[in-house]
Amino acid sequence: MLGDTPLNSGADAVVIGAGIVGACCAHLLRREGMRVAVVEAGVIAGGATGAGMGHIVVMDDNPAEYELTLYSQRLWAELLPVLPPQVEFDPCGTLWVAADEEEMAGVEAKFASYTMRGMRAEILDGRSVAEAEPALRKGLAGGLLVRGDSVIYAPCATAWFLQGVDVRRGRVVAVTDGGVRLEDGSSLSCEVVVCAAGASSSELFPQLEVRPRKGHLAITDRYPGYVRHQLVELGYLKSAHGHSTESVAFNVQPRKTGQLLIGSSRQYGVTSPAVDRPLLDRMLRRALEYMPGLAQLSVLRTWTGFRPSTPDNMPAIGLCPERENVWFATGHEGLGITTSLGTAHLLVDLVAHRTPVIDPRPFAPERLWRDG
Amino acid sequence: MADVVNVRINGQELEVKAGTTAAVAVFMAGVTCFRRSVTGEVRAPLCGMGVCMECRVTIDGVPHSRSCQTLCVEGMEIRTDG
Ligand SMILES: Cc1cc2nc3c(=O)[nH]c(=O)nc-3n(C[C@H](O)[C@H](O)[C@H](O)COP(=O)(O)OP(=O)(O)OC[C@H]3O[C@@H](n4cnc5c(N)ncnc54)[C@H](O)[C@@H]3O)c2cc1C
Repeated sequence: MLGDTPLNSGADAVVIGAGIVGACCAHLLRREGMRVAVVEAGVIAGGATGAGMGHIVVMDDNPAEYELTLYSQRLWAELLPVLPPQVEFDPCGTLWVAADEEEMAGVEAKFASYTMRGMRAEILDGRSVAEAEPALRKGLAGGLLVRGDSVIYAPCATAWFLQGVDVRRGRVVAVTDGGVRLEDGSSLSCEVVVCAAGASSSELFPQLEVRPRKGHLAITDRYPGYVRHQLVELGYLKSAHGHSTESVAFNVQPRKTGQLLIGSSRQYGVTSPAVDRPLLDRMLRRALEYMPGLAQLSVLRTWTGFRPSTPDNMPAIGLCPERENVWFATGHEGLGITTSLGTAHLLVDLVAHRTPVIDPRPFAPERLWRDG
Repeated sequence: MADVVNVRINGQELEVKAGTTAAVAVFMAGVTCFRRSVTGEVRAPLCGMGVCMECRVTIDGVPHSRSCQTLCVEGMEIRTDG
């Protein structure tokens, strides 16, 4: 049934991909008492997880995403006492920045939807925004401060989830009824396969509509206190949820080291990881429109990463259509650091035949499954 | 252009020849600690050509300015980590 050389006929579950989503799933499957192996083609957190920003953020633009991000944020808070300091958890909150009166209307709508769910949020006028973040340009209309959001360093969280988990280096080339086959010809048999291969998921499952969406980031030297909250322009959602081939948005994150992460861009149809200078310039110019003083700071490094994106901007969490033993935990686009925990809980509840805490139907992989 | 310019290094007034770099001015003021590393070690210029980043100081309020790449101008305020 499987290849000739079963490496480990003992694993109950094999997780494909050691990004934060696969790591979280492996962690929880192991807690169920399953013997878990993770197969990773590169290095731990070497995909989107290592390239991203690590903003733990509740997004309210559609009900299902709202549920998943809120649930995930609660799960992060529960984990807080046991997370090691390397995870650099920082409860800095998010300041959504409104440039003009039109965007202020969006602030009020956002405030209503957050506070309705018991989240702590405050509307700031232009003056309060300037006080909260002196480096922002003067004359902004206002903003929304969401206190419950935070920042983590995702690669260390990923490594923490993988403690005690059997992680193997190898590329999965096929998923069979009895396990997975690796590039080197070996195979691993198991009852349950979880595909958490991020933006490469559709290489293994061509019928699954997940495609890479490239993003750029820049990191500065240490300027402690220069920025105090994660700052995001209110227009960010237009960039994140629009489907134009290229877009940029102002997004700056303070790191515990005093460094600043500057984002972000979104780009479809590109496979090269090389930094795209014109797009990077556009992204940095956008940042300068909001924070002119950034021009004086020195950037140490720029890089790119690929978000696993889906047509409806929602992840695929659940059983693979046409298969009994294969589960998906992928397609998290720009929210996978946040939603990794909610995803893993939801998935493991489904695998264990329990009723998940949140409704799994909006995330069912069927909706992303092409015939043929 | 004036032949000399006046700068301040950690509050100390200093007159230097026009064309002097901030790094040289810092040395002339008798300061040898330009900055401290994350773990508190003393750092000073190494390459002198803008690559090693060891010569960083705060110039006119801007932290992490490369002193070896910055020419002194009248009234310049230079701060080191001391
Ligand atoms: C610029 C940028 C900024 C971001 N900012 C944030 C943010 O602030 N907050 C947030 O919540 N999210 C953010 N994200 C999104 C987040 O990074 C991703 O959603 C998340 O990391 C996805 O995790 P993953 O585990 O699914 O994928 P990945 O981290 O990509 O992991 C997938 C892994 O699978 C491995 N793999 C693939 N195919 C195979 C195979 N066939 N065999 C074996 N291994 C395989 C890959 O090597 C990879 O390591 C950002 C993303 C980018 C690019």
